[in-house]
Amino acid sequence: MSDFTYPIIGGLLIGLSASILLLGSGRVAGISGLLANLLFKDRKILPFLFLAGLILGGTFSQTFFGFDTIENTLNTPFWMIILSGLLVGYGTRLGSGCTSGHGVCGIPRLSLRSLIATCIFIVSAIVTVILTR
Amino acid sequence: MNAFNYFLSGLLFGAGLMISGMANPENVIGFLDIFGEWNPSLLFVMASAVSVGLVANVIRKKRSRPFIAVDWQIPSKTNIDRDLVIGATIFGIGWGLSGYCPGPGLLAAFLSPSSGLLFFISLIVGSYIFEKKGRFFPSHLPSLR
Repeated sequence: MSDFTYPIIGGLLIGLSASILLLGSGRVAGISGLLANLLFKDRKILPFLFLAGLILGGTFSQTFFGFDTIENTLNTPFWMIILSGLLVGYGTRLGSGCTSGHGVCGIPRLSLRSLIATCIFIVSAIVTVILTR
Repeated sequence: MNAFNYFLSGLLFGAGLMISGMANPENVIGFLDIFGEWNPSLLFVMASAVSVGLVANVIRKKRSRPFIAVDWQIPSKTNIDRDLVIGATIFGIGWGLSGYCPGPGLLAAFLSPSSGLLFFISLIVGSYIFEKKGRFFPSHLPSLR
């Protein structure tokens, strides 16, 4: 098996997830948007079910396929993790989406907004990594 | 039925994040670190997810409504405005600092409680600040396009 078998299988599953939510429920599978709906909006049950499913699906496949536990192997300092969370939380709300909403869902919809947002956040993340690591 | 579809979609998403390796920030930083030992796996994940999504969108265009829900709730904005550009830039900086974006961050909050939970709580605080304070720059500035 090539090194990319797992990334490809995982990517197909993520694409399938976004596709059944789109075609079945008519909604974009954007994690930051679903999370904001759960926390700050009135209709909480559907985003809750999705996010609970995400945690269960991840935990179950980790146990079932025997993946390593995710430790802080990068030794990122805690202040950097806190700053990272604040910026991700604020930026995804201001920019209406994250890797899932703009990248996985927006690009296949041929949304120019999502394509541009994806290019911007990948470039700004690359620059950040170059400056910090 | 709609509720079950949300749950099933979440299950697949979580399994996909774990199996693809994207739940592990090391793989994400490995992709972003283009001058280091480059790890292209994120590109393969994205390309496979987008290919499935392209097929789904061909089906979507042929239908007047979704299979279960009553109507489409697809984002309708098309203009490239400041919020999008500044928001995506800020998100990218945060993503690059830790290698966590919201999906893997949520999973890590449960699977690696120290750093993952810290990230996720900070993420909630960041989105709360947006809900309460909104933009820190004038919103009446003209759109870029």
